[in-house]
Amino acid sequence: MLKFLLSRLLTFVPTFIGVTLISFAFIRVLPGDPIIVMAGERGMTDERYAELTAQYGFDKPMTVQFWDYLTGVLQGDLGQSFVTKRPVWDEFFSLFPATLELSVCAMIFAVGLGLPAGVIAAVNRGKLFDRTLMSAALVGYSMPIFWWALLLIIVFSGQLQWTPVSGRIDLIYYFSDATGFMLIDSIRSGQDGALWSAIRHLILPTIVLGTIPLAVIARQTRSAMLEVLGEDYIRTARAKGLSPLRINSVHALRNALIPVVTVIGLSVGTLLAGAILTETIFSWPGIGKWMVDSIFRRDYPVVQGGLLLIAVMVMIVNLTVDVLYGIINPKIRKR
Amino acid sequence: MTDVTQTTAPDRPSALREFWYYFRENRGAVFGLWIFGLFLLVAAFAPILAPYDATEQFRDYTLLPPAWQEGGSWAFPLGTDPLGRDMLSRLIEGARFSFFVGVVVVTIATTGGIIIGLIAGFAPRWLDTIIMRIMDIVLAFPSLLLALVLVAILGPSLTNAMIAIAIVLQPHYVRLTRASVMSERQKDYVTSAKVAGARLPRLMFKTVLPNCLAPIIVQAALSFSTAILDAAALGFLGMGAQPPTPEWGTMLAEAREFILRAWWVVTWPGVAILITVLAINLMGDGLRDALDPKLKRS
Repeated sequence: MLKFLLSRLLTFVPTFIGVTLISFAFIRVLPGDPIIVMAGERGMTDERYAELTAQYGFDKPMTVQFWDYLTGVLQGDLGQSFVTKRPVWDEFFSLFPATLELSVCAMIFAVGLGLPAGVIAAVNRGKLFDRTLMSAALVGYSMPIFWWALLLIIVFSGQLQWTPVSGRIDLIYYFSDATGFMLIDSIRSGQDGALWSAIRHLILPTIVLGTIPLAVIARQTRSAMLEVLGEDYIRTARAKGLSPLRINSVHALRNALIPVVTVIGLSVGTLLAGAILTETIFSWPGIGKWMVDSIFRRDYPVVQGGLLLIAVMVMIVNLTVDVLYGIINPKIRKR
Repeated sequence: MTDVTQTTAPDRPSALREFWYYFRENRGAVFGLWIFGLFLLVAAFAPILAPYDATEQFRDYTLLPPAWQEGGSWAFPLGTDPLGRDMLSRLIEGARFSFFVGVVVVTIATTGGIIIGLIAGFAPRWLDTIIMRIMDIVLAFPSLLLALVLVAILGPSLTNAMIAIAIVLQPHYVRLTRASVMSERQKDYVTSAKVAGARLPRLMFKTVLPNCLAPIIVQAALSFSTAILDAAALGFLGMGAQPPTPEWGTMLAEAREFILRAWWVVTWPGVAILITVLAINLMGDGLRDALDPKLKRS
């Protein structure tokens, strides 16, 4: 077990260095001089230019620059935003709860609907319900989510006026964000209707972000269940006279869950990519919108730092899933 | 023994016919194939099919609703956009861009992916490790984010969007090819080819590659739809094709501010993307059923 854990950790190190190298290279392969970009329209004197070049270390050899960058990253120094002048690290962590809140809600939505749907479809294989559900899942899987978001806005915000179009909470509510999670903060604030407002703002983004994972989970659960339902031990359970409900939920689902859990864990990258689109459309102040805005504002240190943090996050989640999978399923460890 | 093979050989259906036999069993896949065929025809004959030029502006008819709605006109069956351009013509012209994106991205990603995958599969262990680590690094970034950043470096345009998407999709082909090569390399026919004196390039491309193609073809079909979706997403974010190009994602971005006033400018481009992607995914499912020998026999 320890050997397995160590080997996985060892592959993490070169990947981490590689990811750092890519984000390091980003600012240096861009067309144009980053210092000039930082000066903007105003321009700058030659002395100031030389001073800034020295301050950012652009006058040193590449290898030294990379070493400085790598050691800086390991100490949590990702540089400063050109626009807000705040450290990238601080900006990331003040916006991250918004993305986490949205992603967790989207995942709850996707698992809560997708898991039962997949199980029911598998048990009723080939029947009308199964076929309808799998067609719907394929549509969901093929959905351009940015368009789906616009459609939902037209119907639920435009026609029915049920949900707001953007933001996390109505402007009449104001309280300090103690945890950064709007649902928790609105309860803590004790203001009337704050929680309800936060929930209404969450509904459409949750549905939009959760749609593709929902479709993937439903399809995956169905196929995993179908495989398990053909096993001998299920026949044994049937022969013992157990109720179909018990067979499906206890004997079959528990074994079918392993691949499904992996899919859920590995969809973090997809979820973050989806968050870029969802947050941009709903003006959700999270990491995705922050990255897109920074790319448009040419705020390179933010793009560079955000890219690195997101990649490292995806890597850590994948590693965790990998290790957990090895613990649940000992066969994997042997590879 | 030789007699047996001689008498049974003519009875074996051709690979293509066998493929079609299994593909046809999946009705959804056949339906997807029809829709995809239609999409190809529209893309090929766009200039003939489109009633107007995609960028022609009819200033007196801005934001005209579809023909069946009040105020609509059959001169513009699906309505007009805020600049008075015919929606139908723009959608038809847009099919060409999506098709182009799909073909270019899949070609670049498969060619590069297959070659790198073959090299990794045949290379000594250290080179294989280096290649696969690099692929892991690319896969650590969410695909759309990496594509966005690459476009930011290269400059926003449809060509650069296609290059970025191809780079992001490539690692999947490398992994797939390498995995197939690894399992094929152990087999007797490869050893016998080696013994017969086949050189490395022949071993790679003529002996092993044809036997690894099935999963790659399936992946190619599926990434055709991913490419269309991602290109539309980049266009939607303003990082893909630039206006006035009638690319479906770019059209959606232009229409965004009118969503509460004119539903049709937002609805049609999305419907076009969804139908195309859905058809390709249906087809991809059928391809997998037909090409995957394990599923076939069960």
